[in-house]
Amino acid sequence: MITLRSLLLPHRIAMMVVFAALVLWCAFTLRWDWIPKYAPLAAEGIWRTIWILAVTTVLGFLLAIPLGLAQAIGPWYLAAPARTFCTVIRGTPLLLQIWLLYYGLGSLFPQFPWIRESELWPYLRQAWPYAVLALTLSYAGYEGEVMRGAFAGVARGQIEAAEAFGMPRFTMFRRIWLPQAIQSALPTLGGETILQLKATPLVATIAIVESYAVASRVRQDTFIVYEPLLLLAVVYMVIAGILAFAFRKLEQRVPVKGH
Amino acid sequence: MTAKTAADSVRPAAEPADEAIRVVDLHKSFGNLEVLKGVSLTASKGDVVTLIGGSGSGKSTCLRCINFLENPTSGRIVIGGEEIAIRADGTPASRKQIERIRSRLGMVFQAFNLWTHRTLLENVTEVPIHVLGVPKDEAHDRAMALLERVGLAGKADTYPSFLSGGQQQRAAIARALAIDPSVMLFDEPTSALDPELVGEVLSVIRDLAAEGRTMLLVTHEMKFAREVSNHVIYLSEGRIEEEGPPEQVFGTPQSDRLKQFLKSVA
Repeated sequence: MITLRSLLLPHRIAMMVVFAALVLWCAFTLRWDWIPKYAPLAAEGIWRTIWILAVTTVLGFLLAIPLGLAQAIGPWYLAAPARTFCTVIRGTPLLLQIWLLYYGLGSLFPQFPWIRESELWPYLRQAWPYAVLALTLSYAGYEGEVMRGAFAGVARGQIEAAEAFGMPRFTMFRRIWLPQAIQSALPTLGGETILQLKATPLVATIAIVESYAVASRVRQDTFIVYEPLLLLAVVYMVIAGILAFAFRKLEQRVPVKGH
Repeated sequence: MTAKTAADSVRPAAEPADEAIRVVDLHKSFGNLEVLKGVSLTASKGDVVTLIGGSGSGKSTCLRCINFLENPTSGRIVIGGEEIAIRADGTPASRKQIERIRSRLGMVFQAFNLWTHRTLLENVTEVPIHVLGVPKDEAHDRAMALLERVGLAGKADTYPSFLSGGQQQRAAIARALAIDPSVMLFDEPTSALDPELVGEVLSVIRDLAAEGRTMLLVTHEMKFAREVSNHVIYLSEGRIEEEGPPEQVFGTPQSDRLKQFLKSVA
């Protein structure tokens, strides 16, 4: 717990002074004159980072639920493919997955006239569907494994109590099993979501202009290297901080004794 | 109030109107281990039937077969005149039927099994609202009255992990009462409690017995069993060794095994 008194301890004051000096030094000796010109582009890039993160984590998590469930209690013909999927995703670099989807699928699709003539073609020609798909599958692969453990970890007695009162299976899943599994997985999910945030710059390699790509653009245009990267680091830290805070709030919704 | 051995309990189809539970020739095996070797019992409305016996005697398994938390290997189970349809492998034939019958049986577990992600109030309203379709306000008011009754109205918004075992078990009893059960099933309700907390739970159960609730009780509390039951069944190695009114079973036990058992728990 941070109190005013604890902030006034001598070593804390010293650290705050050093930090303030560092910020001031950065503000006055480094070059920030490029900011006004690139601000609109930067805002767009940050927005795109947040948007990609939100869409891929939500979709990925929705996929992770059946992936985890299949591995936890599914018959072998569901469990085996789910386990294979998670193993492959977790065993290969995300960069490779993005490129395989973008350059692989992306070059396969145009060979089929019916795809080129379909309603979806204007989207399939762009890069972002492949980026969203790759990041979604990646998150689903990791979180499928997390949810497998979370589903298996819900105490047998909790399920049994629901059964004993005649709760239909789906109600039991929705009201008891899933919420408890998510609750126990939240600390891990929070960390994984921050990892996902830090994986988003990889989509810049397939020409999507998110935060990192904006910093690269500034470097290419102006030969200013450090300042955009410093600002980028601050942007990621702020988003990561907000995520950590949000997940902590979610965890605290069900208070647990001793925490 | 009768409880008979397998041979004479296979009665004609006409059910007495006040019959609450009838179990006929119940067998249950786990692999090669036969835990129940033909148990039959009947409880009429208002009866308190207690199952006693050593560890491994099958008394908990017998209780758990009644609402199919364990699938019996063979036998018949009739709840309130309705026989549960069973497939050849012992699983209930109709999910709908078993859900309907379960929602009339109020189960209280040894380990309480309150839902840890819900407050006490939510634990008590969960089944009425989401299984029985009771309107929220009504379920809420009734739940508050039940929590009041078990002395936990002040803890309605507390999560189970913050409560003592005795408080959790009393809340679990309120949860079971919330469905207005035709029969309450107690599976060793005080076995997981610290000795000083047993009394508060027994006193709640005693009140329920006094108001004429039908109950099937598995317990190690012999004094309590003698006090509240009107029929006691002593199970040994999966069979009913001896049964009768509590004065008889506890006062003048016939079989050597029961005498030995009563001596060992005294």
